[in-house]
Amino acid sequence: MRIGVLALQGAVAEHVRCIEACGAEGVPIKRTHQLDEIDGLIIPGGESTTIGKLMREYGFIDAIREFSAARKPIFGTCAGLIVIAERITGQDWAHLELMDITVSRNAFGRQRESFETDLEVKGIEGKVRAVFIRAPLITEAGPDVDVLSTYNGQIVAARQGHLLATSFHPELTDDVRIHGYFLDMIRQASA
Amino acid sequence: METGTTRVKRGMAEMQKGGVIMDVMNAEQAKIAEAAGASAVMALERVPADIRAAGGVARMADPTIIEEVQKAVSIPVMAKARIGHFVEAKLLEAMGVDYIDESEVLTPADEVYHIDKHAFTVPFVCGARDLGEALRRIGEGASMIRTKGEPGTGNIVEAVRHMRLMMSQIRKVQNMSRDELMAEAKNLGAPYELLLQVHETGRLPVVNFAAGGVATPADAALMMHLGADGVFVGSGIFKSDNPEKFARAIVQATTHYEDYGLIVELSKNLGTPMKGIEISKLHASERMQERGW
Repeated sequence: MRIGVLALQGAVAEHVRCIEACGAEGVPIKRTHQLDEIDGLIIPGGESTTIGKLMREYGFIDAIREFSAARKPIFGTCAGLIVIAERITGQDWAHLELMDITVSRNAFGRQRESFETDLEVKGIEGKVRAVFIRAPLITEAGPDVDVLSTYNGQIVAARQGHLLATSFHPELTDDVRIHGYFLDMIRQASA
Repeated sequence: METGTTRVKRGMAEMQKGGVIMDVMNAEQAKIAEAAGASAVMALERVPADIRAAGGVARMADPTIIEEVQKAVSIPVMAKARIGHFVEAKLLEAMGVDYIDESEVLTPADEVYHIDKHAFTVPFVCGARDLGEALRRIGEGASMIRTKGEPGTGNIVEAVRHMRLMMSQIRKVQNMSRDELMAEAKNLGAPYELLLQVHETGRLPVVNFAAGGVATPADAALMMHLGADGVFVGSGIFKSDNPEKFARAIVQATTHYEDYGLIVELSKNLGTPMKGIEISKLHASERMQERGW
């Protein structure tokens, strides 16, 4: 199984490390034609405005929409979550508009408010250490969206069919269970 | 719930990787930088080239400039404090700055000690010329390292020297046998525990950016090839003829640093880059890289 990590800007190597720790192959994706060679795509944390701009510049908006239309799984963490959301609070446009959610950027405040904590995540046994860095929140989720985790009553992880999103960074810990969950989604999709 | 942990502070720098952090002096420049795809901005009163030209004591920027920039953009805002000036750093933290650069570009406030960066919730980036200096700063709590280069010169030669030296020292340490490490820690002036980590992982424990002299898209790509995780551009952008185009070109050259055909296109009609200074023309006292210990 080959999993791509969109490598325009952000924490790419950490995701590749987690994918490989799960026994799959991780591939940094810099050009759209590489999407043909992968079974699933991770859009990493980074700066969503930078990633969004470079996606437009290099034709990734249409290419990833096609990838998603083929029901190939996509996992967005932090900036990646913002990039796959249909709606972003405070602006009348979004990036890929794939997942039926509204996200609020920098929802916890500035970097000094960034934090880590233990969370329950549906589908994973025991607590998950969740690292939030200038993190977004999901403020609204459509009827087809399955909420996987909340923090203080607000949504921080969700799934809609072949789409998975977390506002925290599982790639910054040594716990690869969320990556394992995503790999299971890919196995189910190709079964 | 814990704020200001090592993972949260270093993680913030991980999110900057592959990005370009741009010096800006007002809201308008900050917006140009954000629109061009900067992953963060550094709010300053003067860019290094102007600090160099003005002479005198360079200090933390006026808070109104930093607040103006914070209001103008949604990407992270960094700001500089003088080396050792922990009160300037506390003020920046109180303003909610996302990252503090304890920077040799400003006039040092302490000629012996750097800031105890562990005592802050906000993360710090520090300059380094070699592995020992990088690990001393990390030992003090820096969550991100950048080469010092020679700021405000538009000359990449010093950044190249510092990055090459750091990378070759890392390779050397990685290949040493364990019983050689304590003597090497002594030679480098580096904390032993951190040197041991470099030996085991073959890399710095934090993100390492290039800074100090990046003036063209090719300069940015060169630093990425030499192993930088990303690039700071100081005077280069807003001292160029067409800052908007120039900023976009640097961002794309940093992402696609191996695509030479693309960098050729990006480099066309950029106008005159900043004039630049030959390093040997700088008097020893004018070299910012010598600041810090």
